Amino acid sequence: MVVYSLYILNKAAGLIYQRDFNDGLQKLSSNDYLVLSGTFHAVHAIASRISPVPSSSGIEVLETDTFRLQCFQTLTGTKFLLISDPRQQSSDTILRRIYELYADYVIKNPFYQIEMPVRCELFDRHLAAYIKAIS
Amino acid sequence: MRGVGTGHVDSSLHRGVTASAQALISSAVDTSSLSCYSDFASLLITMSKMQSSSRASSDKLSLRSSAPSSVLAPRRATIYDRNVNRRAPDLALSAFAFLFSEMVQYSQKNVKGVQEMENKLSAYGYHVGQRVLELSAIREIKNAKRETRVLGLLQFINTTIWKAIFGKPADALEKSKDQEDEYMIIDNDPISNKYISVPKDMPSLDCASFQAGVIEAVMDGCQFPARVTAHSVPTDLHPLKTVFLVKLDPLVLERERYMR
Repeated sequence: MVVYSLYILNKAAGLIYQRDFNDGLQKLSSNDYLVLSGTFHAVHAIASRISPVPSSSGIEVLETDTFRLQCFQTLTGTKFLLISDPRQQSSDTILRRIYELYADYVIKNPFYQIEMPVRCELFDRHLAAYIKAIS
Repeated sequence: MRGVGTGHVDSSLHRGVTASAQALISSAVDTSSLSCYSDFASLLITMSKMQSSSRASSDKLSLRSSAPSSVLAPRRATIYDRNVNRRAPDLALSAFAFLFSEMVQYSQKNVKGVQEMENKLSAYGYHVGQRVLELSAIREIKNAKRETRVLGLLQFINTTIWKAIFGKPADALEKSKDQEDEYMIIDNDPISNKYISVPKDMPSLDCASFQAGVIEAVMDGCQFPARVTAHSVPTDLHPLKTVFLVKLDPLVLERERYMR
């Protein structure tokens, strides 16, 4: 049960939060993170359009041999991406919980400007505590 | 509408009637044709018609308090109509958090520095403190006690006031070691700071200045003028720990010495 990293994308495909929870991960340049999140946002949008199911919510899970990517899109268009070990179960409940933390410690913070990068100490702290608790 | 008057505006004039209507009523109206109206609304319409046709008379009318005031001002049951002894149900923390967040954002506007912003937040809290003190005075009317000593009053704030607002007493009350006129009320987890991460460019800001304002109002209201400031003192165990520093007015110290 390993959670590798978390990405939060705003509704305009901007990366507002990125954090790795595993020391073994190779660090990318900040530009690469932006490219990754932008690419996912585009693929997600295309997938929701070409899906045979009407009003599809786009990509929810991406499974590979080495990782599993779970996407949770809120009603306001913010995307939470969780990259974890392929054997990781219940990524969606983890993401729901992270969304709760985001709603509490980011949205209720008067110094946070909406759609801007997240720099909230309490969010970092509670997120780290939660990830530590589940792994 | 029955109340055709005899020359004065009755004191039973309904409280909900707005000032404009009072002006309308007290302005001279010929009452001779009024007695047949049963509806307050049609009365008003008629009155305004009379106004426009400027028929004047020295007679005024009195209104029965049973008049449906909804025509003029909707009179809902306000907070003042409720039983003062019954505690209000607990509010959702999120509701408070969002409201307080907006208050902090609002207090950020048109301020020059952190100090001024804290003063604004403190001023909001001052209004709360004044009301909480009055409410607790009414509630405790049976075993009412006037606090005459500083320590007694601080204990009262520490327990009764804190419980009334936050549902739990404050965590500690300490006296400053080096300053005779300074006391400290300590809250390990102030509710106002629960979701607030102070940005790095204003490290000295503590949004618990709101509660400092509450304390200041209670101190002032009990005739213990003091200056109260909030200082965050994060510890590993309590990252939000806040110390409310109560600096007493010299007058209070003088009185305290006299009473000893």
